Amino acid sequence: MSQILLLPILIPLLTAILSLLAWRRPALQRLLSLAGAAALLFAGLGLFTHVWKEGIQAVQVGNWPAPFGITLAADLLSASMVVLTGLAGLATAVYSLAGMDRQRESFGYYPLLHVLLMGVSGSFLTGDIFNLYVWFEVLLIASFVLLGLGSEKTQLEGTLKYVTLNLISSALFLAAIGMLYGVVGTLNLADLALQMQSARQPALIFTLSMLFLIAFGIKAAIFPLFFWLPASYHTPPAAVSAIFAGLLTKVGVYALIRVFSLMFAQDMERIRPVLLTLAALTLLTGILGALVQKDFRRILSFNLVSHIGYLIMGLGLMTPLALAGTIFYMFHDVIAKTNLFLFSGVIHRMRNTYRITRLGGFYASHPGLSILFLIPALSLAGVPPLSGFWGKLVLVQAGLEEGQYLLVAVALGVGLLTLLSMGQIWAEVFWKDAPIASESESAGAKVLEPGPWLLFLIPMGALALLTCLMGLFPQPVLKLATQAAGQLIYPEAYIRTVLGGRP
Amino acid sequence: MSTLILSTATRYLMPLLLLLSVHLLLRGHNEPGGGFVGGLVASAAFALYTIAHGVDQAKRMLRVDSKTLIGMGLFLALASGTFSLFAGDPFMTGLWMKEKLPTIGKVGTPVLFDAGVYCVVVGVTLTILFALAED
Repeated sequence: MSQILLLPILIPLLTAILSLLAWRRPALQRLLSLAGAAALLFAGLGLFTHVWKEGIQAVQVGNWPAPFGITLAADLLSASMVVLTGLAGLATAVYSLAGMDRQRESFGYYPLLHVLLMGVSGSFLTGDIFNLYVWFEVLLIASFVLLGLGSEKTQLEGTLKYVTLNLISSALFLAAIGMLYGVVGTLNLADLALQMQSARQPALIFTLSMLFLIAFGIKAAIFPLFFWLPASYHTPPAAVSAIFAGLLTKVGVYALIRVFSLMFAQDMERIRPVLLTLAALTLLTGILGALVQKDFRRILSFNLVSHIGYLIMGLGLMTPLALAGTIFYMFHDVIAKTNLFLFSGVIHRMRNTYRITRLGGFYASHPGLSILFLIPALSLAGVPPLSGFWGKLVLVQAGLEEGQYLLVAVALGVGLLTLLSMGQIWAEVFWKDAPIASESESAGAKVLEPGPWLLFLIPMGALALLTCLMGLFPQPVLKLATQAAGQLIYPEAYIRTVLGGRP
Repeated sequence: MSTLILSTATRYLMPLLLLLSVHLLLRGHNEPGGGFVGGLVASAAFALYTIAHGVDQAKRMLRVDSKTLIGMGLFLALASGTFSLFAGDPFMTGLWMKEKLPTIGKVGTPVLFDAGVYCVVVGVTLTILFALAED
């Protein structure tokens, strides 16, 4: 039964293969993509209920015993991240049906999307650090092509920056793995957790932790390594930026959480100041960047960077409460960020521009859509009773317990500035009167037919509903986050399951 | 473009190269070789044919679309991993036949995986090659 662990990897792979075989039939590819994404979500939910009921699950792929073979392992954090992958994947797949142009479809958009989803699920499920590197490469290669697909001038410029910085990150990650293997002689994460407890080279281990921090930090877009993100995420079609914003940076944060909680927990005293400083700086630079931008998606990109700071803050504090806050906030952030980027796509569709100064009047023309936008936007700013509020509340409480008053002040201040940033979008895009469209804008603007409208509204409405539900009934999600954090703080059960009863 | 010497040589070289590629594929499990190298040698055979007779002829010679070959190869590799699930073992456990087959040797699911790699390598290389040659 633990073989269910494989489904979130095999389903996107099979979907990608089948849509590759249906290369010349876009209609069939669309159907396959939809079915594959839905199946991924269901597999994720199945895995999640299994882990919830039976505890942590592990599979030794190829029947090679741990720590020699590759282990796949799912604890509550992995399982729920896989569910979110399925959710963001399905939302994007539905949205792409109407939002993706013919040309990109015919050059393999759907196979690539599912290879990306496979890479993301694989990263969440692997229990081997070198295998994690391989999954990172899988998702990166898919993301390189997705970002560049269409070959518009701005796109290629963004892709170049994205590829360069991510390759540097991969090289550092690989170097760190090499050093790590030199120090302790194993790559299995559970075995690493055991070996690191008795490793006696504190200087080397601190160096290793910083190498991993830089490598994953580039992918997670923390200060000062985030510049590739706002330079590239506003260039591809909205569906692509939505899935990138929802999932890719979170994979980096997930890797940081996994590696630091398993391998560097006993060195946290020295690592904590670094992490907390970076968290505060990420929060501040991100939001200050957002406030001066005039492009819808660049504002969202800088907000994305800023809110990674909250996640790093919880990781740095490393108390059960703080980690629970990080996990809760990650759930919220995946849903809200995906949704906001999808919104930017719909707006662009109707006015053919992303510049907020050139937009306006949507509250008068589309009041329902405007209210729907407010849900993820206000949730991002942490307005009660939406989901972002509870995540921030838990993180702030954890910060106060640890006596990190300055950091808490920064976190609260950034919450207010996020409100200002979202208010700016609201005022410019929705509230003020629409400026007269220029020729190029009105030439590319499209009146939405009821069919595409529905395909846009379903994923956006469903994600907004989830944001509301997470806000109105935070208790079950908080309970889940607390238990997941417990499994991270006390990794004995994880280690025992992976190593199969060995002490 | 096409010369008599090249096209005559290709007629003899191509079957040899293809045979060699299959040989490399089959011996690859324990000895140097395998799906990747075999696939590259097979692609080299088709590259030679492309140079001698042009892209259209080479495409006709391949019979299937090179992208379909990628998909089929991936599918073979995926299928080779799932056999063990039906036998009750974890994914990708190698299953082997008890008896050796004449000339080929022992056959098991890893051979199928290697055959998948072979197809993917041929498919990818030829997709790139045809795209470059058509420009």
